[in-house]
Amino acid sequence: MGSYKEIETAINKVNASGQTALIPFFTAGYPCLDKFSSDLIAISEIGDVVEIGIPFSDPMADGMTIQRSSHQALQNGVNLKWIFNQIESVSDQIQAPLVMMSYLNPLLAFGYEALAKRAKSVGVGCFIVPDLPLEESRDLRTALESMDLGLIQLITPATPKQRMIELCAASRGFIYAVTMTGITGSEQGLASSLKNYLDQIIALSKTPVCAGFGVRSAKDVKMIGRHAAGAIVGSALVEAMESESDYIGFLKQLR
Amino acid sequence: MEVNFNGNKKTLYQSVLADEFPDEMGRFGPFGGRYIPETLVPAFTALEAGVKQYLNDPKFIQEWQGELNNWVGRPTALTFAPRLSASWGAEVWLKREDLAHTGAHKINNAIGQALLAKKLGAKQVIAETGAGQHGVASAAACARVGLPCRVFMGAVDIQRQAPNVDRMRQLGAEVCAVESGDKTLRAAIDEAMRDWVSDPGDIYYIIGSAVGPHPYPYLVREFQSVIGREARKQMLEQANDLPDAVFACVGGGSNAIGLFYPLVNDEGIKLIGVEAGGQGSGLGKNAATLATGVPGVLQGAYTMVLQDSDGQVQETQSVSAGLDYSGVGPEHALLQYIGRVRYESATDEEALEALSELCMTEGILTALETAHAFAAAKKWALKHPGKRILIGNSGRGDKDMATLSKHIRGL
Repeated sequence: MGSYKEIETAINKVNASGQTALIPFFTAGYPCLDKFSSDLIAISEIGDVVEIGIPFSDPMADGMTIQRSSHQALQNGVNLKWIFNQIESVSDQIQAPLVMMSYLNPLLAFGYEALAKRAKSVGVGCFIVPDLPLEESRDLRTALESMDLGLIQLITPATPKQRMIELCAASRGFIYAVTMTGITGSEQGLASSLKNYLDQIIALSKTPVCAGFGVRSAKDVKMIGRHAAGAIVGSALVEAMESESDYIGFLKQLR
Repeated sequence: MEVNFNGNKKTLYQSVLADEFPDEMGRFGPFGGRYIPETLVPAFTALEAGVKQYLNDPKFIQEWQGELNNWVGRPTALTFAPRLSASWGAEVWLKREDLAHTGAHKINNAIGQALLAKKLGAKQVIAETGAGQHGVASAAACARVGLPCRVFMGAVDIQRQAPNVDRMRQLGAEVCAVESGDKTLRAAIDEAMRDWVSDPGDIYYIIGSAVGPHPYPYLVREFQSVIGREARKQMLEQANDLPDAVFACVGGGSNAIGLFYPLVNDEGIKLIGVEAGGQGSGLGKNAATLATGVPGVLQGAYTMVLQDSDGQVQETQSVSAGLDYSGVGPEHALLQYIGRVRYESATDEEALEALSELCMTEGILTALETAHAFAAAKKWALKHPGKRILIGNSGRGDKDMATLSKHIRGL
């Protein structure tokens, strides 16, 4: 049974042991359908929390890698119902709590109450919805929180301090600190000003702060880990999976 | 999917007549709102404040009106169509947005937003375009106010609207081919949003239709309403009466909302929006969003969307690039919901036929988009003899010559 507290606890536990929480993201049903459940099991053995991407036809906050993986996953015939069923079929083998990343429309089409129930039952604790700002989030938030699930809020370098405070208060599970203004998959590298930005959010938040966007190497994870509770690795993992290289090896060496 | 809202249709109808929308959340009844990535929230807060300030500033409105009069060439003519009238058994009037500078209504909004971008201190303007008309209008408006302009255009549209691509470049704009998604208007909007997210402080996004997150549907309506205000006045002066029915084509719906909005309170006038019926019924074969879509969130707004039962947005099909869009402006969704505007569709074939008839009878080469309105108007006229009809002639068809040539040669 999923809950947002479970996610928070998992991250805190890793931090208590002196490590940075590693949160891998991958798109469900990509590169192919058959491997989703085995990929999920394998990734959950390394990740402390696993973020599953729900493909959408119009991923407007994502770069080329996630656009490509979403498009192909949809071509492969993935939908939310199938994803829930797949997770359920292997739920006793999944070693980490789950988060789902989805644009709003597939969730709207599924129905918020049905979504909360199904997510709870397969062990999904939180949702990240990149096109749902705080102001529009009441209905989904209410449905999720009634089942002890939560919405993870994003904070970006463009966010003013007052809004950071509001987002920190509203976020459940962890706070997603976007490392740069831009879309996912950047190869720019992390800015040196990241330290002050992360420290500012951490000072405002009771919930663990995890950083993502442009995290590609062990060096990046280490740098983030000096300040934040966890690092989210998305596009770099998806690229490793699509090139059929040893993506598990890639994940392991990020520690 | 159900439409969630408080209040019934009758109350909403009264609120529309009382001009209460959009509300402070950017809603048109249940539709609209602002579904945007967190990175863009500060940019939208600044945009909303700027819109509030300048649209209520008589000096700004005067500056924009001056550009409309002296640079765009407004007011555009209202033309009586005697031979078309005789053929249809009706009294047909055309609001001639094809005569506006750059050849379509798009320029009304583009120059308004370019002036606003300048006031708000933007360093770079971006725009999306389907048929290329909004791209050309934005390129021209940016040259006029002295701002660099970058236009995102689907690779499919670049092929079918080639003359407009060169026009944009000639006007100094950078044209970016969009190879992602459906490679048409929807993908171009997604790509413009992505570009904006990369530099939200310095970029101003001139959206071309009455779609997207609040305040865009409102902003575009305000800049396009000049069409309906002029048309209403001209009808009273030239026809001595208001029309019985008004037709406009609807893709995102900017020319239609511009024509309809000032006429909504004239309840005796039938308002009819015409979408692209493409190759006929069936998901993916047309762009008849209001006729066959269901409510959902697309590109920042809760509106009618062509989507499957999983909430995945469907690709569309239409001979006209400007109507080839899976969403529609949220205000149209409301006007349909309360029954104030009826939305129909015309197929590719009907539009091409209507385009030819207008050419032959009145010597006007209209845009393929606009031709859809003529096709629906003709059908209605034949069923309702002797009525006075106003058609929004939203743009000219020179840009469509590549498509039309193929059709003429029977290819």
